[in-house]
Amino acid sequence: MSQFDIEKLPKGSKGFMYDWGSDQRAFKGVPWGKAMMWIFLLSDTFIFSCFLISLMTARASTVVPWPYPSEVFGLTVFGTSVPLLLIAIMTFVLITSSGTMAIAVKYGYEKNRKLCGWFLLATAIGGLTFVGMQAFEWSKLIFHDGVRPWGNPFGAEQFGAFFFMVTGFHGTHVSIGVIFLFIFARKVFRGDFDTGRRGYFTSMKSDYEAIEILGLYWHFVDLVWVFIFAFFYLW
Amino acid sequence: MTDEYTDNKLETKAADSSSGSYTPPAEAIPAKENPEQELYHAKSFWTKWVFCQDAKVIGIQYALTATAIGFIGLILSWGMRLQLGFPETFSFLGPATYYQSVTMHGMIMVIYLLTALFLGGFGNYLIPLMVGARDMVFPYVNMVSYWMFLVAVLVLLASFFVPGGPTGAGWTLYPPQAILPGTPGSEMGIVLMLVSLSLFVIGFTMGGLNYVITILQSRTRGMTLMRMPLTIWGIFTATVLALLAFPALFVACIMMTLDNLLGTSFFMPEIFTMGEKLDYAGGSPILFQHLFWFFGHPEVYIVALPAFGIVSDLISVHARKNVFGYRMMVWAIVIIGALSFIVWAHHMYVSGMNPWFGFFFATTTLIIAVPTAIKVYNWVLTLWRGNIHLTIPMLFSLGFIVTFVNGGITGLFLGNVIIDVPLSDTYFVVAHFHMVMGIAPLMVVFGAIYHWYPLITGRHLNQTLGKIHFWVTFVGAYAIYFPMHYLGFIGVPRRYFEMYDSPYMTSGVGLNQFITVAALIVGFTQFIFLYNIFTSWYKGEKSEKNPWKANSLEWHTPDYPPTHGNFGKELPVVYRWPYDFSVPGTDKEYIPQHVAPSEVPTAKAEQT
Ligand code: HEM
Ligand SMILES: [Cu+2]
Repeated sequence: MSQFDIEKLPKGSKGFMYDWGSDQRAFKGVPWGKAMMWIFLLSDTFIFSCFLISLMTARASTVVPWPYPSEVFGLTVFGTSVPLLLIAIMTFVLITSSGTMAIAVKYGYEKNRKLCGWFLLATAIGGLTFVGMQAFEWSKLIFHDGVRPWGNPFGAEQFGAFFFMVTGFHGTHVSIGVIFLFIFARKVFRGDFDTGRRGYFTSMKSDYEAIEILGLYWHFVDLVWVFIFAFFYLW
Repeated sequence: MTDEYTDNKLETKAADSSSGSYTPPAEAIPAKENPEQELYHAKSFWTKWVFCQDAKVIGIQYALTATAIGFIGLILSWGMRLQLGFPETFSFLGPATYYQSVTMHGMIMVIYLLTALFLGGFGNYLIPLMVGARDMVFPYVNMVSYWMFLVAVLVLLASFFVPGGPTGAGWTLYPPQAILPGTPGSEMGIVLMLVSLSLFVIGFTMGGLNYVITILQSRTRGMTLMRMPLTIWGIFTATVLALLAFPALFVACIMMTLDNLLGTSFFMPEIFTMGEKLDYAGGSPILFQHLFWFFGHPEVYIVALPAFGIVSDLISVHARKNVFGYRMMVWAIVIIGALSFIVWAHHMYVSGMNPWFGFFFATTTLIIAVPTAIKVYNWVLTLWRGNIHLTIPMLFSLGFIVTFVNGGITGLFLGNVIIDVPLSDTYFVVAHFHMVMGIAPLMVVFGAIYHWYPLITGRHLNQTLGKIHFWVTFVGAYAIYFPMHYLGFIGVPRRYFEMYDSPYMTSGVGLNQFITVAALIVGFTQFIFLYNIFTSWYKGEKSEKNPWKANSLEWHTPDYPPTHGNFGKELPVVYRWPYDFSVPGTDKEYIPQHVAPSEVPTAKAEQT
């Protein structure tokens, strides 16, 4: 019996038919955890889609004017009001953290423990900065502008409701990601993935693939942010 | 990129066919793609039986929990039936309690009993065994899934004990009334219901990801998708549906919780209650209906598809004949699953949507009847000239076919807008959905339990009690639900506590009494079944290995009943589909999936 060799499989559309007609794995060469993360993200996409479609219907059917985003989300620096300044920075930070995540994955596969760990930490700090700025934005909206989930001085009350709910839900995703980034950074520095140290809860070994799976999640959260950005701030 | 590739299949043994014309297909053992799975070996009682990571134990935990809460749903239905049948004699159920009973009964039966039992129970037990895996791919996550489910059930139960009691908004939980005073349980009950549902969704997602990935990525060698038992296809497709439909429910739950606790107006329009204007404005109750039914309709198939799959296997095994049109059956399951996402608004014909929407959704709804009818024909054709053994699983399967056809036909009525409008919210609807998604899947659940109980415990259930169980349940279900169609035609509305002196009640009174008596008898029989399950566990007649002479892998484990890790040292290699019964050319009456063609050289089995 010979070794399974993924290189020898057919490619392209023929490969697709072959893979789904074959035994053992439908996604050839894809580890279980990675496939699982992809399916989870698909499910999560449906959650965010439901949120955003609900937002669209609320906005399309409102009889009270919808608040004007560049006014609500403006920031006054040195006496001039700059629309969307904070959001621009937040978005920049989050997208940058996607970049550092990608680098961490690369160093992970090269088994470069030090650099992988540092880039994971950088990603985590990026995420943390994002959440921090979001907290700042929320408190400004709440305490300074008087926006509440049940009403706001700018117009339709669904604006505040959807804003806090959707950004809150996204922020929760980011926060969970940050927690895992810290945990994984610790694991990488400790060398868990090289020594085969077992997980505290699962008592299973793990390897650098885990970093890539976490990376998938992180990129997804960033991608979702782009949509939220478009729907709340640009529309 | 080239068209040529070296085929992965190796070690082609020459077939030493002795008897002339027919040469069995070449035997090929593909190379291993999955590394040997490392399992958690439990050492203490706690990790072995309570916080257990073995999918088989988790499946039983799921099944027992779902059954326990299901019996509460059953007892609630007794309360309602007593009230409806004998409103003067039994006055312990006031209008508020009646609403609460309807709501909890509906929600418990659909979500916490059937969904949890089919996917959590049968899914966990059967998937790894049937696809030839040692366990689910992530046993730890799978374990957490069960405990989330248990917490969800406990939160649901807690709502019976909070001030105001559980919610009485109907299982559809429509706002605005669900969270306004005047609806029972609008204080705490509704919040606990929403929280419980959210927990259920989270827990289910953990399990569901496991089921999907185990089926897609952890099959044994030779187990192609088109060699999987239809049970697995049903559970698989239902799980995919659930992973894509539950998000809508989850979002709706979050939004309604916020409407209730924070005073947002997602679903709440401007509204007056007791002459006072509330703080809500501008929300859309219809939005909730869309979200709810985007989940709600696929939910029907989440319950139905596993039943379809399991019943195909039961019929095939107990009629000793291959499933007629296996591939057609698979595609029908997949197509029904896909279509189920574009029919949801047939539950909203009376919500005042644009008539063109009704036209669209009626069309898609009726299209689903095509693959569904194909399945029914194929079940019948599987039975056609089969060697039908009237075992209890077979009886229940036959009961399923009849009941399902019945409910399916009334579904065709309700799918048409002009017929639905007068029938909507009458007992005709109650009769329809109990037939199609209550009784029919339950028939399969029962049949499946009688079928796989020997595998789980090594003992048979008591046959006499089983026969009683079947006949009373089957005949009784018709006694309950057939008259309800008529009640619906004469206009008796659903979710009504009492009919008072309304004109329909001339013929309705006697019918209602009759239904109630039947419901009590049927309900009581389920306790006999429960008794059977518990006593047979240690007193039942011992079963030899593979008592039904089935082909699928779960019956062919080295230990019987299967133990931790399922398959001993080496995972089995699969050479054929699980339906090689009565194959011509061999004296073997059935050929299990792991039997190589060279072991049955004369068998004229089709290559699958
Ligand atoms: C012997 C068994 C059962 C009996 C006697 C029974 C009886 C009832 C009754 C009396 C109602 C209330 C009708 C009304 O007032 O509108 C009801 C509602 C309902 N039942 Fe059952 N039922 C049984 C089994 C099931 C099962 C197995 C399911 C699983 C799908 C189920 C699902 C529902 C649903 C979804 C509702 C609607 C709840 C609502 O209107 O909010 N029932 N049932
Ligand atoms: Cu439907």
